[in-house]
Amino acid sequence: MIAKARPPCRAARGGATEMGAVVTADVAEQVQAERFEAVIAAEQRIEPRDWMPDAYRATLVRQIAQHAHSEIIGMQPEGNWLTRAPSLRRKAILLAKAQDEAGHGLYLYAAAETLGVDRAELTEKLVSGRQKYSSIFNYPTLTFADVGVIGWLVDGAAICNQVPLCRCSYGPYARAMVRICKEESFHQRQGYELLMTMMRGTEGQRRMVQDAVDRWWWPSLMMFGPPDGDSPNTARSMAWRIKRHTNDELRQRFVDMSVPQAEHLGVTLPDPALSWNEERGSWDFGEPDWSELKRVIQGDGPCNAQRVDRRRQAHEDGAWVREAALAYAAKRRAEAARGGDEHGEAAISTEEQR
Amino acid sequence: MTDHHAMPGHHGAGDDHVYLALSEAGPEPDGEARWAYGTGFSDPLLGVDTTVPAGLDGADLAAYCLMLGDDALVLAQRLTEWCTRAPELEEEVALANLGLDLLGQARLLLTRAGQADGSGRGEDELAYWREEHEFRNVRLVEAPNGDFAHSVARLLLFATARGALYRLLAGHPDPVLAAVAARGVLELAYHQEYATAWTLRLGDGTPYSAARMQAGLDAVWPLLDELFVPHAVELRIGADPSALREPVLRTLAAVLAEAGLTVPEARPLASVGGRAGRDGVHTEALGPLLAEFQVVARANPGATW
Repeated sequence: MIAKARPPCRAARGGATEMGAVVTADVAEQVQAERFEAVIAAEQRIEPRDWMPDAYRATLVRQIAQHAHSEIIGMQPEGNWLTRAPSLRRKAILLAKAQDEAGHGLYLYAAAETLGVDRAELTEKLVSGRQKYSSIFNYPTLTFADVGVIGWLVDGAAICNQVPLCRCSYGPYARAMVRICKEESFHQRQGYELLMTMMRGTEGQRRMVQDAVDRWWWPSLMMFGPPDGDSPNTARSMAWRIKRHTNDELRQRFVDMSVPQAEHLGVTLPDPALSWNEERGSWDFGEPDWSELKRVIQGDGPCNAQRVDRRRQAHEDGAWVREAALAYAAKRRAEAARGGDEHGEAAISTEEQR
Repeated sequence: MTDHHAMPGHHGAGDDHVYLALSEAGPEPDGEARWAYGTGFSDPLLGVDTTVPAGLDGADLAAYCLMLGDDALVLAQRLTEWCTRAPELEEEVALANLGLDLLGQARLLLTRAGQADGSGRGEDELAYWREEHEFRNVRLVEAPNGDFAHSVARLLLFATARGALYRLLAGHPDPVLAAVAARGVLELAYHQEYATAWTLRLGDGTPYSAARMQAGLDAVWPLLDELFVPHAVELRIGADPSALREPVLRTLAAVLAEAGLTVPEARPLASVGGRAGRDGVHTEALGPLLAEFQVVARANPGATW
């Protein structure tokens, strides 16, 4: 567990009873705020023990928690195909991917913990619906081709969103993202490779791929969030160097990358408005159905209830296991405190058994 | 104030390189190894002669590889069922890891079976296109997961026994089986350690967890003995498992004693007319497991994945 580091200045604040002390504290805070702004402006990193504005901390907690929740909930749509994967190699790849996602969730919860929250608290917020995860995972996976399309488009969109976060101003988040992006890029390649293989297979497999692309294309575009005009937090997050590009910029980048990949694959993207704009050097594309996104965010997506229920169920079913582990650890600590490490001596060593 | 680390790669299109690299055609120089953990495993059969050694019967070797391969395959399937249902994220990672190890062993053993019987059937043909009665796994691995304690109990029994068997097989005359076993020894040591650690935590945790752990052990214990009942094929192949009974029981008893649990007195599950898992006579749990396992492959004959 990572120690919760609250900056000392926060603890001291408000403790002053005399006018002079208050003024001093205000001046001290102003100096710290200036230092914070200077660090941001110099493209350096804020670390857990540094002073930071409360709103910066709150924004990061919200974003990192949402990101961690997305990794964990994101295991479900593909996990749906784990037991049915049609070859042993694909099963191994998918299981390894699910394992990576659990690992990403762990790094991200650890990054959030450096901001003074803990994993259990964030998990409670997720299962009680008070914190969100990426809406894309509220869509169903209906065939094995969905596994490939999620790798190609959903992981691809996630990478577009996340690569700039490797330069995020908050150190622990940026460092977690470097590792996550590397693994995500492998997942994307694996997804694309599955689709290439399926497109070289039977007619039925090609239809399956096209059907999955038809269902996932628009939700993937919506992963970048609402249009810039409707994204009130973007400007502040960009000023803080948490975010580096606007939603619409990232969406355009994703479309520009995906169109040639779709051509190479031999599938049609379900947007009649897609056309090359010579002047902009970019693809023009149609407007996603923002009302659908709004409905999914509000909780009316095809799988919202199912995804949160599964997570809540696992969390609740596991409560007695976590309690047992804590009780066991407490007993061992008490034994150690009594001086005699009886347990240590009696411990079964797997070495001995060999 | 703590040090600020300058951000690496801060230049013009600094964040583009990772993504752009993805669209570049061509395989990675180091191949699948860099993809996801557990899928790009190095081939333990590299440089191993796959000719069936003189003095070993190909059909027997194939049947034996199916027995061990099916054990690993079916238990891997049960472990994947835990995915998104584990009690804690660390357990998600660990259970997937165990599943990947077993799946890796299964792939090698099934491939070996297809070589040894001369049929040339590959791992997928054997995994997806055999019928239930052609599976040769013991009934222990096909039992439903139950709760976490139940799954830990099954894992403890299986890993303890399989680790012991692999240690024996690492010296087998078939070089492929020996190579698979040699790697499996290391993997199973971790599985055993994991299952032992959780048996202790649950057995010596809360009164409720101790009761669940004991119930899990009681439920799976009748399935343990089948691992030690020698099949004619095992005897002919020089891998009599009955020698493992005593040491495995001793190890298990020591773990349970430390955990404050009781060694179950449950009697072994009977066979059917002398036949059990090794002869393809299973419990009712295997059929639904295989139906789910095989459904996509069978719905798409001629497809490539």
